[in-house]
Amino acid sequence: MPTDDPVWGKLTWAAIPFDSPLPIIASVVVAAVIVAVLGWVVIKGHFPYVWREWFTSVDHKRIGVMYVVLAFVMLVRGFADAAMMRIQQAMALNAPGFLPPEHYDQIFSSHGTLMIFFVAMPFVIGLTNFVVPLQLGIRDVAFPTLNSVSFWLTATGALLVNISLFIGEFARTGWLPYPPLSEIAYSPGVGVDYYLWSLQIAGVGTLLTGINFVTTILKTRAPGMALMRMPMFCWTSLASNLLIVAAFPVLTATLTMLLLDRYLGFHFFTNEGGGNVMMFMNLIWAWGHPEVYILVLPAFGIFSEVIATFSSKSLFGYRSMVVATMAICVLSFMVWLHHFFTMGAGANVNAVFGILSTIIAVPTGVKVFNWLFTIYGGRVRYNVPVLWAIGFMITFVFGGMTGVLLALPPIDFLMHNSLFLVAHFHNVIIGGVVFGLFAGYTYWFPKAFGFRLHEGLGKAAFWFWLIGFYVAFLPLYVLGFLGMTRRMQQYDNPAWQPWLIVAAIGAGLIAIGTVLLIVQLYYSIRHRKLLTDLTGDPWDGRTLEWSTSSPPPLYNYAVLPEVMALDDYWIRKERQIDSQVESPAPHYEAIEVPRNSPTGISCAFFAALLGFALIWHIWWLVALGAFGAFATFVVFAWRDRVEDEFPAAEVARLDRQHLASRRHVAEPGPAS
Amino acid sequence: MRLRGLVGLGLLGTLSGCHGGLFDPQGQVTGNEMFILVDASLVMLAIGIPTILATIVFAWWFRASNVRATYRPGFTYSGRIELVVWSIPLMVILLLGGVSWIGCYLLDPARPIESPTAPLEVEVVSLDWKWLFVYPDQGIASVNMLVVPAATPIHFRLTSASVLSSFFVPQLGSMIYTMNGMTTQLNLIADRPGVFRGLSSHYNGDGFSGMHFMVSSVTPEQFSAWVAQARAAGPALDAASYRLLSQQSSNVAPFTYRSAEAGLFRDIVMKTLPPGPGPLQTRSSVISPAIGSDHAY
Repeated sequence: MPTDDPVWGKLTWAAIPFDSPLPIIASVVVAAVIVAVLGWVVIKGHFPYVWREWFTSVDHKRIGVMYVVLAFVMLVRGFADAAMMRIQQAMALNAPGFLPPEHYDQIFSSHGTLMIFFVAMPFVIGLTNFVVPLQLGIRDVAFPTLNSVSFWLTATGALLVNISLFIGEFARTGWLPYPPLSEIAYSPGVGVDYYLWSLQIAGVGTLLTGINFVTTILKTRAPGMALMRMPMFCWTSLASNLLIVAAFPVLTATLTMLLLDRYLGFHFFTNEGGGNVMMFMNLIWAWGHPEVYILVLPAFGIFSEVIATFSSKSLFGYRSMVVATMAICVLSFMVWLHHFFTMGAGANVNAVFGILSTIIAVPTGVKVFNWLFTIYGGRVRYNVPVLWAIGFMITFVFGGMTGVLLALPPIDFLMHNSLFLVAHFHNVIIGGVVFGLFAGYTYWFPKAFGFRLHEGLGKAAFWFWLIGFYVAFLPLYVLGFLGMTRRMQQYDNPAWQPWLIVAAIGAGLIAIGTVLLIVQLYYSIRHRKLLTDLTGDPWDGRTLEWSTSSPPPLYNYAVLPEVMALDDYWIRKERQIDSQVESPAPHYEAIEVPRNSPTGISCAFFAALLGFALIWHIWWLVALGAFGAFATFVVFAWRDRVEDEFPAAEVARLDRQHLASRRHVAEPGPAS
Repeated sequence: MRLRGLVGLGLLGTLSGCHGGLFDPQGQVTGNEMFILVDASLVMLAIGIPTILATIVFAWWFRASNVRATYRPGFTYSGRIELVVWSIPLMVILLLGGVSWIGCYLLDPARPIESPTAPLEVEVVSLDWKWLFVYPDQGIASVNMLVVPAATPIHFRLTSASVLSSFFVPQLGSMIYTMNGMTTQLNLIADRPGVFRGLSSHYNGDGFSGMHFMVSSVTPEQFSAWVAQARAAGPALDAASYRLLSQQSSNVAPFTYRSAEAGLFRDIVMKTLPPGPGPLQTRSSVISPAIGSDHAY
């Protein structure tokens, strides 16, 4: 084996794809945007603020917002991949299209990787971060600095995936790198290494998040917040984070085995030396199927909050919903084999896993019916979040049904890996997870920033996404019936092309929807004075987060709430309206808040060096990265001051100001 | 207008069935599987459509501006409704679970198809990126073309020379993975003569799109004639020519081997013959090299 350069490892000028204009142009544009944004921040003198208040912040709200920003940026990148795939397939009937296989294969691999790991995950975790401590009525998560480390490690993973656009290549193996294709013999380039190290680093961040939130939810709730008084979103977050704690170590171990194969000549999954591809498939899906529910359960929680709030009713069948959530949490670990019914495991195995998979439809169906009966007898206000919720209910029922079809092994024998499958999982991920995240984003935005998002633009974005989704993905269901399999760079069947052209038009509609979301954000920021909400409770909310100011103070609550019941805040509001008596002025005390810390960003900086160096075999840099990350940890462990004190007088002043601005909420009549 | 034209065109293509989809089954396996699919869909639509309609109707009727709708903020629990909402999906799943259970056994890919005719044995090897079909009883082999007698069960034994692939002829039925060092089994039948498309339904590398083949279902007489014709010409398949074939190539034009060495399939499965090589890596490029397409064997 040829030796690597001692200074540069495998890295040479050949790693930069000068011969292909697309990635070069994309990289230059992205680099220009990053430089412009950073330049603007520095020149305008905002950098100290950004560093102090955001990059080193350990406040769960700030970290949550940064997660969502990361998710939105990566959504644009992942969507660009999707658009290229749809255009390629629309034109590739007996023609090479504009993307040769070695590019097209990277694009669908990075599309899947980005959308799952760096869009859906950070978006879900971002909303969890922002909302859960507020809903639980507490001041922060259990481990605030660890939370910052989690975020920055996730961002590092996203950074590495994006560096692969310019330096080297990304995996051409699909979003799950099935061996032996992903082994060194069949994928000798650095693409798979980029994939593996990005996910290893981001995966550590996600696991730490899981530990953090399981601890937070189980151990640090407000006084009186019994488990059965928790808002539904807290329950689904608990289920989701339990799944993270149980499933992500499996992912890390599986990818470690593949790394050992690739770097040190092990034989876990190779063709030679007793390696076995079936072991990889079992392990990766033992993580992969729970991952689906890690994403969709919090979305279910968001819909539960949104539907209850905008129907002005408590959630119907709360206990049923809790049972259904935890049933899904457990069942999701028992169905992984349905991802490879076509491996020839035999009728017994297929039958057991087929039936277990369909059983998940029971608690999921119960949830849909309970949302339906929450609406029944309600007073539905048609703000943007509720549109996403109703769009979801209709779309998701359909996606659930195609999911049950695929869970029947005899049908899966015809549909597996086809575009029917692709249509199904986009149906549940877009119609379930993404709609949920957009609902949550619109719903909690005023809480985070003190002003609402523009309604009209939000509604327009919703309609483009909804219609775009159907136009883009119904044709893929049909193509599954026409025998088209996924990931084809070109094809020779003329019956497929018309459907692919329609799908491309659908992608165009979704693109308009995405642009409208960006325009909505820009417009709302520019016109924030008009959209301001001073009350902290713009939607007539039911849960605790709406009782504090928007944006909430650093410490969330001036006085920790005493929780008496489910939907405690709503009940208190009702009582106040009935009696027209204000609650007595609280007694304020000084509040200790955790100090900001550069630990997270420092860790991530060295982890990025470490990952990059491992990908390119630059061994001295590996040592430097590992040492730096460890040194960061040591410095953090030896810190003297852990918390800052927020004086009682300041707490009192801010809280009185907040109480004054919301006095009219307690007046009779619905708040607008 | 253009959009509608395109949709119309697509529908026409589907209905005419000339391009071979699942709506036009040519073998009893696809037929049975589609039967389960249609039944299961109908059962679920019977629940799903009313649910979707109820969502729309409830959401519309209970809009805040509708003064005729009764506001019932206390309606948050009803034992009877809970019973119903748990029972409905449960009963659907009980029914579909039964269908699934029976279907798993009846349509197990390894289960022989009942027929008065003795099955034709075919050994399938997926290579980067083409299909090798060996006819052990006839002593011949073919690449990217599969010729079978109609109304005769076909028993496939499948393996992979390199990476994971999946053998699939949509109009004939079930797909199955091919894996190096392992054998999977599949039983299919073509009900009548015809030409059908086959492909790899699992992505397996840069040459994936060029890894498809044609299946010709012919009369028994035509099949015998084809075997005789294949024996008369073409190269011989032995260890040496197999190694040559296992080099990476894509979009390989179909051809036949006049003879196939006995035990070749077993040697591939047992790895007596080495797995197919990956891309040739040159030190100058850290990027995996692009594949050459269209260089025929």
